[in-house]
Amino acid sequence: MKYAARRIVMLLVTMVIVSLLAFAAFDLISGSPAEIMLGTQATPERVAELEAQLGLDRPFPVRYAAWLAGFFTGDLGTSYSYSQPVWELVAPKVGVTLCLSLLSFALIAVVSIPLGLWASRRSGGPLDAAGTVIDQFLMAVPPFFTGILLSWVFSITLHWFVHGQFPDLAAEPAGALQYLFFAAVAIAIPRIAMTVRMLRSTIQGEMRKDYVRTAISRGNDRAGVLRHHVLRNALVPVVTFLAQTMAEIVAAGVVVEQVFAIPGLGRLLVASISNRDYPVVQAIVVILAFWVVLAGAAADIANQRIDPRLRLGGAS
Amino acid sequence: MKKKLLALLLLTGLLSAALTGCGGGSEEQASGDGQTADGSAGARAQTNEIVVGIAQDLDESLDPHLAVAAGTKEVMFNVFEGLVKPTPDGDLIPAVADHYEISEDQTTYTFTLREGVTFHNGDPVEMQDVVYSIERCADDSEGTPLIPALSAISSINSDAATLTITLDQPDSEFLSYLTLAILPEDYPDQATAPVGTGPFRFVSRTAQDSIVLERFDDYWGTPAQLDKVTFRIIENADSLVMSLQSGAIDMFAHLTTTQASQLGDDFQILEGTMNLVQALYLNNTAEPFNNEKVRQALCCAVDKQQIIDLAFDGYGSPIGSSMYPAFQKYFVEDLTDYYSYDPERARELLAEAGYPDGFSMTITVPSNYQPHIDTATVLVEQLRAVGITAEIQLVDWGAWVSDVYTNRQFQSTVIGVDASNMTARALLERFTSTADDNFINYQNADYDALFQQAQATADDAEQTELYKQMERNLTEHAANVYIQDLADLVALRSGLDGYQFYPIYVMDLSTVHYTA
Repeated sequence: MKYAARRIVMLLVTMVIVSLLAFAAFDLISGSPAEIMLGTQATPERVAELEAQLGLDRPFPVRYAAWLAGFFTGDLGTSYSYSQPVWELVAPKVGVTLCLSLLSFALIAVVSIPLGLWASRRSGGPLDAAGTVIDQFLMAVPPFFTGILLSWVFSITLHWFVHGQFPDLAAEPAGALQYLFFAAVAIAIPRIAMTVRMLRSTIQGEMRKDYVRTAISRGNDRAGVLRHHVLRNALVPVVTFLAQTMAEIVAAGVVVEQVFAIPGLGRLLVASISNRDYPVVQAIVVILAFWVVLAGAAADIANQRIDPRLRLGGAS
Repeated sequence: MKKKLLALLLLTGLLSAALTGCGGGSEEQASGDGQTADGSAGARAQTNEIVVGIAQDLDESLDPHLAVAAGTKEVMFNVFEGLVKPTPDGDLIPAVADHYEISEDQTTYTFTLREGVTFHNGDPVEMQDVVYSIERCADDSEGTPLIPALSAISSINSDAATLTITLDQPDSEFLSYLTLAILPEDYPDQATAPVGTGPFRFVSRTAQDSIVLERFDDYWGTPAQLDKVTFRIIENADSLVMSLQSGAIDMFAHLTTTQASQLGDDFQILEGTMNLVQALYLNNTAEPFNNEKVRQALCCAVDKQQIIDLAFDGYGSPIGSSMYPAFQKYFVEDLTDYYSYDPERARELLAEAGYPDGFSMTITVPSNYQPHIDTATVLVEQLRAVGITAEIQLVDWGAWVSDVYTNRQFQSTVIGVDASNMTARALLERFTSTADDNFINYQNADYDALFQQAQATADDAEQTELYKQMERNLTEHAANVYIQDLADLVALRSGLDGYQFYPIYVMDLSTVHYTA
């Protein structure tokens, strides 16, 4: 219980730090929201007037404190660009981005763990060499390129989905998930390649350890040792790695949402940054940070299940 | 623990089976109904609606008096109307007004309201709405009015049916400002749920996704042919081409030539003009462009036709001053070739200006406009040929508006300048010494005097001639290196027709229709 409480406090602290960094970053880059809103009609007087209206003429700490106070009372503010409450803009997109991230994560876990196990058995030999080359290649393919390729093959050529026509997630969940699946593949491919390589080297390293030799000398067969002893030890760093992958999935999602024209948080984030729409950017950054930190916490809990030694370490 | 691990592996297997099953199922679906081959384009023809792709969201106030982005005005043109409205030919015809009279001295404008015009919310358009709309744009209590030219109004008189506007001084262009949208008075949600009198009514906006318009059935004039138009935001260039090919969208304006060539027989490509003055805009107070000879040297060093050929596959109209060809009345053709491409002459001019070995310069370009980036890329090579080392600095749109446009902290930039309404003034006033939007810091006493004279005269022919002299002034003093009016390529799915180009930056969908 004490542990859970400490986790929650950590989560809040992380989110506050992230939001402060995002807030500060905007203070450093050029371009004020008022100038952008006025566009080519911007004159120094109009800019000053609008800045006063938006409260941007106040000093940085005051503005941040006001935002933080609003955040903890559930008021995310009003979007400068859309003159709509931020929550209204962001809420329908949270589900889409969440589905995309989870789908990508599931793909990575589902494909890379069996593949990594398989790869670890065959070290040496031409097949292994070929596998390593392919793995290296897939690791280097950027998701936006895979995204274009996948769309070309599965939408334009095979008509498995209609590129550019994302079905409504609530009204047509099956169609939307099918659409998201292809985007998730684009995100997952390089991470799968990384996870496979990681798992392969961890298992091979583990197999060389003394306890494995002991277990085999006691008459166990290799496969049994792998299943009963090695896998559990090898999984700990992999689970930690997968949790870190969540941050990369979220980052890659921003690009892939654009390539697939998916109305998710990523596109809104990019547009809001270039519009200097601070309230929207702050809200999205905090949501994404929350999501990534949550994945880290989940990995810790999973690891403690896998390895009791970590559980003791966590409680002390 | 062993069991849990097994369960985990089982779950993994199940998930993968489910996902593969998902893919397989969709294959059957595709072969099952032929619809999927063209997306739902066929279904949309049945329901008489289309989806139009746009590259940028309407992410600002939708209040037409406050919206600033060209992309917003372009789409919302379908929703709003003024007392008069523009036609594809560049004329102004009565809209909310039934007819109008202009006094001979061009100081008194009398409008008679059209009967039976209603707003999209069902309320009839009353004189108080018209007066409110005009006064809102003319209000100068907070400095410059929303439409600066309306400060010429000395009085507005009205009864239930007629409106009389009196001006301080004659202004032959005044009518074009009355294209300003007529909005209902006391309607608070104009910024998010706008209400106007146009052929389409606003239905919804989903941020970074779509804008939906529907035909306004109580429209006073020729009704729109389509029942519904959805504007879908697709900012990625590759995604856009695939969305056209997959059948997700039916129309897209402002295609690049590369994109247009990727589309097959399913589309017709219409060619019009963007109605922009694309130029290498020079900060006339920044070294070395404060020297007229240097600016002229640049004009001689740049081969417009080569830019159009290399970066735009030959589509585009070369220009020589701040006026584009669609403005036939004001366009001065011989200015286009005032500086012929002559690298030798450019070197001589540079030597005369004190730069025999050239110099280094920075071209600031907004990164969201590929045509301007492509133009700058060719410019760099052309300038290198005369000894000038130019470097492209890409900035995001926000930084461009702030640094270049508002604070004028730049050396040169490639951008397209548009006209906010169909007047020469809209393009030329900005280069007068004291104009707020004179972002190139052009200072020329003759130019300012010509502008004053043009505003003072009531004679249309004389005014036109003065505007032409202003254009000549900009060319002779090489205010900027003028390049072209970009070609506007519009992709329209086969089976659709009726799209019309305007001499201003708008996208009129009221005439688009299915042919079958």
